[in-house]
Amino acid sequence: MRRVAVTVGSAVLVLAVLVGAWELYRWIWISTGWTWPFLVDDTSMPHVHTIVEALFKQPTAGVGDILIVQLFHASLFTAKEAAVGFVLGASLGFALGVVMSQWRIMQRGLLPYVVASQTVPILAVAPIVVVYLGSLHVAAWFSVSVIAAYLTFFPVAINTLRGLLSTDRRAVELMRAFAAGRWTILWKLRVPAALPYIFAALKISATACIVGAIIGEAPSSIQDGLGGYIVNFNQYYTLNPQNLWATNLIAALVGISFFLLVVLAEKLVVRRAPEYVA
Amino acid sequence: MSVQPNVGKSVVEIQGLTKRFERGDVVALQDIDLAIEPGEFISLIGPSGCGKSTLLRIIGDLIEPTSGTVTVNGKPAPRARADHDYGIVFQDSVLFDWRTVAKNVSLPLEMLGWERARRKARVDEMLALVELQGFGDHHPWQLSGGMQMRVAIARALALEPALLLMDEPFGALDEMTRERLNMELLGIWDASKSTVVFVTHSIAEAVFLSTRTVVMSARPGRIANVIEIDLPYPRTSSTREDPHYFELVTRVREALHLGSDLDAVAP
Repeated sequence: MRRVAVTVGSAVLVLAVLVGAWELYRWIWISTGWTWPFLVDDTSMPHVHTIVEALFKQPTAGVGDILIVQLFHASLFTAKEAAVGFVLGASLGFALGVVMSQWRIMQRGLLPYVVASQTVPILAVAPIVVVYLGSLHVAAWFSVSVIAAYLTFFPVAINTLRGLLSTDRRAVELMRAFAAGRWTILWKLRVPAALPYIFAALKISATACIVGAIIGEAPSSIQDGLGGYIVNFNQYYTLNPQNLWATNLIAALVGISFFLLVVLAEKLVVRRAPEYVA
Repeated sequence: MSVQPNVGKSVVEIQGLTKRFERGDVVALQDIDLAIEPGEFISLIGPSGCGKSTLLRIIGDLIEPTSGTVTVNGKPAPRARADHDYGIVFQDSVLFDWRTVAKNVSLPLEMLGWERARRKARVDEMLALVELQGFGDHHPWQLSGGMQMRVAIARALALEPALLLMDEPFGALDEMTRERLNMELLGIWDASKSTVVFVTHSIAEAVFLSTRTVVMSARPGRIANVIEIDLPYPRTSSTREDPHYFELVTRVREALHLGSDLDAVAP
């Protein structure tokens, strides 16, 4: 109970400091007229209270729900795309990690392409995925999930490989003494021992898949998700900068929720690894 | 408790064993001949680099010899490993952190596909043997170093192997814990009727535990001497004050020094 209080308390404190820093920076730059590194005014840095107020107004006067309600629905839509992408990407990444760890030749052959895949900008890949999957009559949101998976699989593949290859040498010897074969050693020893590595990657991927989903929505012309709102508010930034900031805030909250879900899963799984992974 | 009788054929039989490591062209072991009888407690002692741990791993078929033959229970070493004829304990307990104590002990049983009830019965029996009843649901990190080592011994004995291989199992423990575990190990050895091969660099430990102490010398690793430890069992703390115990400690020490002197003289 006390630990929870300390955690919540420190989170609130950090948030207060960040808001304070934002407002202090604004105040100093505006009152001194500094323009380095950029001009500070109500367009580049709206007041925090303006951003929060925007959440409770209709983005277009007289039309539809207030912004926070609209963004809530958009978040659910994007979260679904991201979650499917996360599961796809994490599974692919884990499978690649296992394959590369078990056959050196696969590691030599596959690893360069795995790395190269991430040097291609996602903005260049996204339209290709949308067009290709669209021609197969796959739902548009699923194309977005595939794009999210593209950002998700990489950290998982790299860390799974690393984790599976860092098994304690003596533990492997022990398994061999029990006449364990390669696959028994993999499932009973290497995978459970690699779980901390894999979860470190899943935490990175949890936030990356949200970014992937938001970016993927743009070339798919999907209006229902956070990506659609971001593209839209971007066009009207000079008029209503607070709407874009408010959307960013909500997108960040979705990312944080995903991250916390992975942390929770880690707490449950790593303590009771054999039942879950064997 | 008495010295366990030598009956039947050897548990371990090593003939003309040589191990050369390709890298650096090092001769780790040269012309090793050794027969270990059922119920014996054999210590391998020698300076670092004498190949005692390598010899233990060759008996366990974890390393292949360059030449010579090794049989365990009358079978070639690889066959014996496949048949789970031995259990092994390393210097670190090598317990799996993600498993409870009971699940660590049941690991070899799971691998043989034992059903749950049978596993549980054997695990309980093993935990009783190493006096860790009630600790089955603990995780390894909740135990002291000495207790972790007892879990490792229980795991090694779970399949009731004829042979227990131990590679400096108490080397990382403090002297008090070590002496207590030495005593407990003799109890376990007597109760389990197994044969033990025990690698150590402690003369006192080797003499206190063994029926025979094999003294090795380094570069190349050879058997310099085999000393019968004719102290009666059960051995207790008063054994360590027995004048004959001191004589034997002195003999092992001299054999060790003689081994290293030979080494110094040899080209």
